[in-house]
Amino acid sequence: MSKQVFERPTITKLSPGVPSKHGVGTVIAPMPMIDGVKVDDLMDTYGSPLYVFSERTIRRTMEDVKRAFSVRYPKVQMAWSYKTNYLDSICRIFHQEGSWAEVVSGFEYDKAIRNGVKGENIIFNGPAKSAEELEKAAKNGSFIHIDHFDELFMLSDVCQRKDIEARVSIRVNMDVGIYPKWDRFGLNYENGEAWDALNRIMLNPKLKLMGLHTHIGTYMMSTDAYRIAAAKLAALADEVAKKFDYYISYIDMGGGFASKNTLRGAYLSGEDTTPSFDEYAEAITSAIIDSQIKPDKLPTLILETGRALIDNAGYISGTVLANKRLSDSRRATIVDVGVNLLFTAFWYDHKIHPVGNHSGLVEETTIYGPLCMNIDVLRPSLMFPALKRGDRFVVTRTGAYNNTQWLQFITTRPNVVLIGMNRDIHQIRKAETLEYITVNEIIPEYLSKKLK
Amino acid sequence: MPIKANIALSENGFVFNPSTGDSYTLNNTGKEALAFIKEGKDISQITSIMLERYDVDRITLERYLADFVNDLRINNLMEE
Repeated sequence: MSKQVFERPTITKLSPGVPSKHGVGTVIAPMPMIDGVKVDDLMDTYGSPLYVFSERTIRRTMEDVKRAFSVRYPKVQMAWSYKTNYLDSICRIFHQEGSWAEVVSGFEYDKAIRNGVKGENIIFNGPAKSAEELEKAAKNGSFIHIDHFDELFMLSDVCQRKDIEARVSIRVNMDVGIYPKWDRFGLNYENGEAWDALNRIMLNPKLKLMGLHTHIGTYMMSTDAYRIAAAKLAALADEVAKKFDYYISYIDMGGGFASKNTLRGAYLSGEDTTPSFDEYAEAITSAIIDSQIKPDKLPTLILETGRALIDNAGYISGTVLANKRLSDSRRATIVDVGVNLLFTAFWYDHKIHPVGNHSGLVEETTIYGPLCMNIDVLRPSLMFPALKRGDRFVVTRTGAYNNTQWLQFITTRPNVVLIGMNRDIHQIRKAETLEYITVNEIIPEYLSKKLK
Repeated sequence: MPIKANIALSENGFVFNPSTGDSYTLNNTGKEALAFIKEGKDISQITSIMLERYDVDRITLERYLADFVNDLRINNLMEE
């Protein structure tokens, strides 16, 4: 007779009366498979912790967003937000799906070129472009999105000196009725700076105005804010058309669509509160279509959606290292995934699933990462099954920002694998080594001698 | 390692302490371990029995049984 699965013995005090902040009941489903592949097999081969991406989920999500917008608007172009996840293989999936590249630094720009994106299909955003980077982008025919007047004058100077032309847009910030108002990037709509910049561009023979851009915030739960933003950009486009008899090629609504992760402190789950792509699409496209822009002059709608396209496709699997009891008798579980690998733990209540079966009973638990730092807390409090040392788990919806904002801190970063369309496994980034981390260090000669 | 005599344990894992009014729930292994303790078995006897029944190594089992007994103590279910 085969032996039973062992779950560490637990006793949980029952609290009568009103439900706790965790509600009346918690069901934590085991997650033995990711996209049809056994998690145990992946971890046996590639170790723990391990980042896992599902190509199937990425392509399906792209289909969803393209369908939501293209049924409502005639010309839609996606641009992959490199800062959200710039692992080359991930970027290339998005480029295969027709996405341009949206980059915010010279490093990201070069990465996009390396990934085979044509210069004319790169949108160059960000507040810190150098003169050299502007010159390269202008020569390549990229869309340079001007963030501030200093950049406008610098670009104008570069184009004059090098006798080149640049295809430009301006980033516009505006009041869309949300708090906090994002006004640190771009030129303001209400105080007239944006209009002033547009006039200067239109009068500059070296600068060709291609579009208007905004990015109203991040993790936006309000579709109305997008409606207001699109209406204001459309009004600016109409003013340009009336004054200069010139029609811009595109309106770029940036990113900021929320994923289905739950923000820390949110009462309701992100799965219940996040707007769908259809709701975002309805707000944006109806605002442009209802504007004064002539139907035959409608600009292409560009979307730089990042988080909502990749978050669901990413997972981190890990292993329980230890359990302990805190001074207030709460259970604490220490795992091998820290905030160095799961940066988004600072603002999300990530869902964590055991890989194996469990009895269903849960207890209030704090989940700590392995770093010898007080900040390393994955979940300050959640109802979680009684996992023991060596048990494995999967953190879901980790695809956005964790492979760009991850920290090489205290320890190295682990393997990253991609589950392909045919459930074939591809290692897309090798685990780091001591040599990889130290290759750029230079030790002065007087410190090179062997210690006695 | 005696448990308080008046502690009631139901066969579906419900524990009631009549002197405080507190009630508790146990998972399957907790229910089994507490029943053995109530029968007067010591940790080494419980370990031997559970090693036969469960897919677990001795070190892990001993470590988590000790943890469980500590939880019973924290919850004032053990005799001082």
